[in-house]
This record gives sequence, structure tokens and C-alpha cells, in this order.
Amino acid sequence: MTIVVGYTPDTYGRAALQHAEAEARERGERLVVVNATSGQSLVDKRFAPESDMAEVEARLADLDHAVRHEVVPDVADAVLKVAAEEQARLVVVGVRRRTPVGKLLLGSVAQRVILEAACPVLAVKPD
Amino acid sequence: MDLLLEGFQTALTPQNLLFAVLGVLLGTAVGVLPGIGPAMTVALLLPVTYSVGPDSAIIMFAGIYYGGMYGGSTTSILLNTPGESSSVITAIEGNKMAKKGRAAQALATAAIGSFVAGTIGTVLLVLLTPTVADVVVKLGAPSYFAIMLLALFAVTAVLGSSKLRGFVALFLGLAVGLVGTTTGQARLTFDQPLLADGIDIVVVAVAIFAIGEALWVAAHLRRKPLEVIPVGQPWMSKADWGRSWKPWLRGTAFGFPFGALPAGGAEVPTFLSYVTERKLSKHPEEFGKGAIEGVAGPEAANNASAAGTLVPLLAIGLPTTATAAVILLAMQSYGIQPGPQLLDNEPGLVWALLASLFVANTLLLVLNLPLAPLWAKLLRIPRPYLYAGILFFASLGAYSVNFQAFDLGLLLAFGLLGLAMRRFGVPVLPLIIGVILGPRLEEQLTTALALSQGDVSTLWGEPVAIAVYVVMALLLGGMVLRGLRKPEPVAEAPQGGPESPESTETVEVGR
Repeated sequence: MTIVVGYTPDTYGRAALQHAEAEARERGERLVVVNATSGQSLVDKRFAPESDMAEVEARLADLDHAVRHEVVPDVADAVLKVAAEEQARLVVVGVRRRTPVGKLLLGSVAQRVILEAACPVLAVKPD
Repeated sequence: MDLLLEGFQTALTPQNLLFAVLGVLLGTAVGVLPGIGPAMTVALLLPVTYSVGPDSAIIMFAGIYYGGMYGGSTTSILLNTPGESSSVITAIEGNKMAKKGRAAQALATAAIGSFVAGTIGTVLLVLLTPTVADVVVKLGAPSYFAIMLLALFAVTAVLGSSKLRGFVALFLGLAVGLVGTTTGQARLTFDQPLLADGIDIVVVAVAIFAIGEALWVAAHLRRKPLEVIPVGQPWMSKADWGRSWKPWLRGTAFGFPFGALPAGGAEVPTFLSYVTERKLSKHPEEFGKGAIEGVAGPEAANNASAAGTLVPLLAIGLPTTATAAVILLAMQSYGIQPGPQLLDNEPGLVWALLASLFVANTLLLVLNLPLAPLWAKLLRIPRPYLYAGILFFASLGAYSVNFQAFDLGLLLAFGLLGLAMRRFGVPVLPLIIGVILGPRLEEQLTTALALSQGDVSTLWGEPVAIAVYVVMALLLGGMVLRGLRKPEPVAEAPQGGPESPESTETVEVGR
């Protein structure tokens, strides 16, 4: 079975990755790390630089894993698509607190993943 | 001097100060965003000129102009993506400095250098403009004709790498300028009564700058995001000051004359300044790895040339950069004709503008040193929102010129032309200058020929005109010679190409 984790190079993404990694190690499962951007803004802080992705790879080296690091039309769709392709048992996402206005303006990748994924979703908050 | 003080009086009224602040902030913001430059912004804001006084509008535009020059350096340094063509050189050393963790110093030397150069440039502008205007006012129509011809020729042939593409753009612009029935004859109107008054230059400018750019970005939207280098408060150590002040002054010395020549633009002086600093530097080994001189010099040259381009604009009515061209449009929409008579007819406006340049420069320094981290955040705006806004304002602006739906059709047509020009690497500036200067060129020609009763030899009957034609012949001869010597002309792109932002190797993120 496979675990899919939505990763971002910030505390939320790292928390999600940490939990997903622990889960995968415990059960000896495959872990797929997804980091994507829509490429709509010139700078996207949630799109990990290559150096960061290399670190992630190194950390998971002894695990059956895959990394998806790509530019896609929609980030939530990308996570959902990978989950469907891999027939994931579990999707892990980091969630953050947003004000009502922030929700209205920015939408939420995590929210869409939680609502639309076919499998259980583990929502992780940083400590 | 009294006139300048009066100018400060106008520029420092709360309302005008507000417009100056607004202009500086807007200018920096659009300078930071690659693709959106001061020319586009001023073009989009032209409708504003219908509702505020000429002094306020011009003061705001001057702020945008200076701010745009400054903002471009921020993107160059932090992102290796020059926001403005004039900041290309800054990116070479600036980005290397930022990667070495000296982004704050690079930004500081750019900001302070811009201030120093802008201030010196503006002082020179204040001293020179009346003198030049006095000389120019005595010239006759044939000389004007020659000078305009030289400006068109120089902007097209001297700037830009491909002469052919430059001339394609120029003749497109001249053709657009022909449309209408001003001469009594219907030219290129296609029996369309709405074209009888000619095509409004505002519509052309907005379409080429805004619509063309928006379509271009829409066609290239999904790009891998760039990695921005985090930055704190800009500051400089004593050693940095010591290494910066000479390049600032030398950069100013390069920038201003090049800006003031009819073949203005900041590309040549910034490049020259970079080469000079590399030669003169006591730390030549640092060049290519992030030398502060390589940021200080070109940035100063950049801003000094911005001040320099205002000399031909105010004294002769000749725009030599895209932004100056659009500012000229704004003046014309008030019925103000820039040229040698401008200082006599509108002294209040001119001196207010000159004073506001000092104000804008100071504001830039005060605002931008502390705001640099904030400007970097602008790059995170999703571009669909940004360009939707630009399209909205572009349509609004084009429609409000004549309140004709037909203009929106023209807007779209020229927008597509703008997209095609970007696609095929045809420069935009010769087109805009052609549209603006074309009709005026014709006017001078008609005046000259009317005075001489059709005798063509009047065109080279004035000493100034002959001198200008000689300069043109020399330029042309030089071009031909260079073409003969180097059968395969190599585009002189600065090595280490800022055009390859993908080649970011070591980046510090999340500090």
C-alpha cells in the first residue's frame, strides 16, 4: 500500500512529511511525496527548491519512495491525482489556520484534498 | 533659482506630495514586477490625467519613471530577472552578491547610488534644459525635421540588437501615425469614418504595452517559479561605501550624457559603466562573483540616464525612451506641447516637474531602503489576478479616450500586434516613437516646404540640419563598416547571461 504526502518547504509541510514518514516506516509502506505549484506567480514559496527536495530524498533514501516535483494546473488536483494513481491507502496534508477572509481569498489545497480524496486523509498541524 | 523654489512650492503642496508618493510607490512596484514597466503604468494611468490637474499628473508620472528605474534593480538582484531592460547589467553582479548573502548591501548600493545619480542628474537637467531650449528655439523647421529624423534613426538603429527588426517596428509606427485625414487626404482610413481623426496614440500605447504584455504572459503562464533570495534591511559597511562612491559618480557621468542624447536609453551607459568598473576596480577578481562596484556603477548610470532623457523631452519635445514617450502623450492630452517654447509658455509646470524630481528621488531613498523586503513579496502575487487587473484598466483607459466602442476593437488589434512583436523579437520602442513623432515629422516637413515654396533644398539649408545629417551619415557608415568587418554579427549579450534564471545553483531559502 502507499501513502501520499502533500509537501511544502515550511513548518506545515515538514510536519506532514514527518508524520507520513513515521507512518510509512512503521508499516513498511511506499511513500510518495508531492510538491507542486501552479506556476502562476513568479515566486512561489510553497514550491520547494531543488536543494530542499534533495534533502527530502536523502532522508527517505532507505524507504520505498517516489518524489513528484512539478508544475501543474492545480495543486489540489495534482495531489488527488497522484493519490488515485497510486491507489493510496492514506493521504497526509499539513493544515494551517486561516482567517475567514483568508479562506475566501486564497482557498485551501488541504481543504480540497480532505473533502475530495477517495481514501482517508490525515490532517497534521505543526507542534 | 527663484523659479526652482517656486517649483518646490508647487511640488510640496500636500496634494502634489501625495501624488509624488503615489507615483514613487507605484513606479517601484511596477519596476519590481518583470514585464510591467513604468511605460505601461503611465499608459494605463493616462485616463487619470483627464480628472486631475496637469501638474499633479506629471508629478506622479515623474515619480513612476524614477521609481521604475529603482524597482528594476530589486528584481535583478534578488531574482536574477531584470524587471527593466536597463537593469540587465545590474543582475550580473547584483545577483551574485545576493547569492553570497550580500543582498542587503547590493540593494543598499543600488538605492543610494540611484539617489546620488538621480540627484546629480536632476541638477544637470535643471541647468541644461533652459540653455538647450534657448538654442533650440532659434532653429527652423528644417533643423527640427533633421533632429527628429536623427532621433528616429538613432532609437531604431543604435538600440536593440537587430537593426532590421528595429526598422520593421519603426515603419509600422510611422504607418499607424499616417492614418487619418489631417492633410485633407484620407490616408489608410479604409473609408471608415471612425478612422478619419486618426488612431489615438493613447490606444496604441496602452494596447502595445499592456494588452501585448498580458497576452504574452498568458501564453507563457505556467513557468517553474523562480527562487527568490530572502533579504533583510538593506545596509552597507564602511568598506562598501568606500568601494561604491566612485562607481556612483562615474556611472552618473556615463548615464546622463547618453540619456540626454537623442539616442537615449539606459542600456548603453549601464554596459559601459560595468565595463569601466571592471577595468578600474581594485578587486577585479571579484567581478563575476559579486563585486559591489558592478552594482553601484550601472545602477547610477541607469538613474542618471533617466534624468538625462528628460532634457530632449522638455527642451525639444523629443522622447527617447518608452516612458518619456508616454509622458509626452500625457502632456499633449493637456494641450501642452513640449518643445523649446514649453519653458516660456508653462514655466510653472516645468519647474514643478523639476522640483518634483528631487522630491521623488528623496522619497525613493526614504521609502525603499526600509521597504525592500516588502517589494520582494510583490512577486508572489498570482499573475492571473495581476493581469486581469491590467486588462481591465487597459480597456477602461482605451474606452475613456473617445467613449467609442470602436477603440476597444483597435485596442485588441494592436494588442495582438504587440503580442506578435514580442513573439518575433521586434522592439516596441521604435513603433511608439514612430507613432508619436511621425505626424510631427510630417508637420515640420510641410512647414519647411511651405516656407521655401516647395524648394526641397531648404531641408539642408540650415547649418544645424547639415550637422545632424552628417552625424546620421557617420552612424550609418559606422554600421555598414561594422557589418562588413563582422559578417556574422554576434549579439553582444553580457556573458553569464541574466537571461538564464534557471541556472540558479546555490540558493539560500528559509533563513
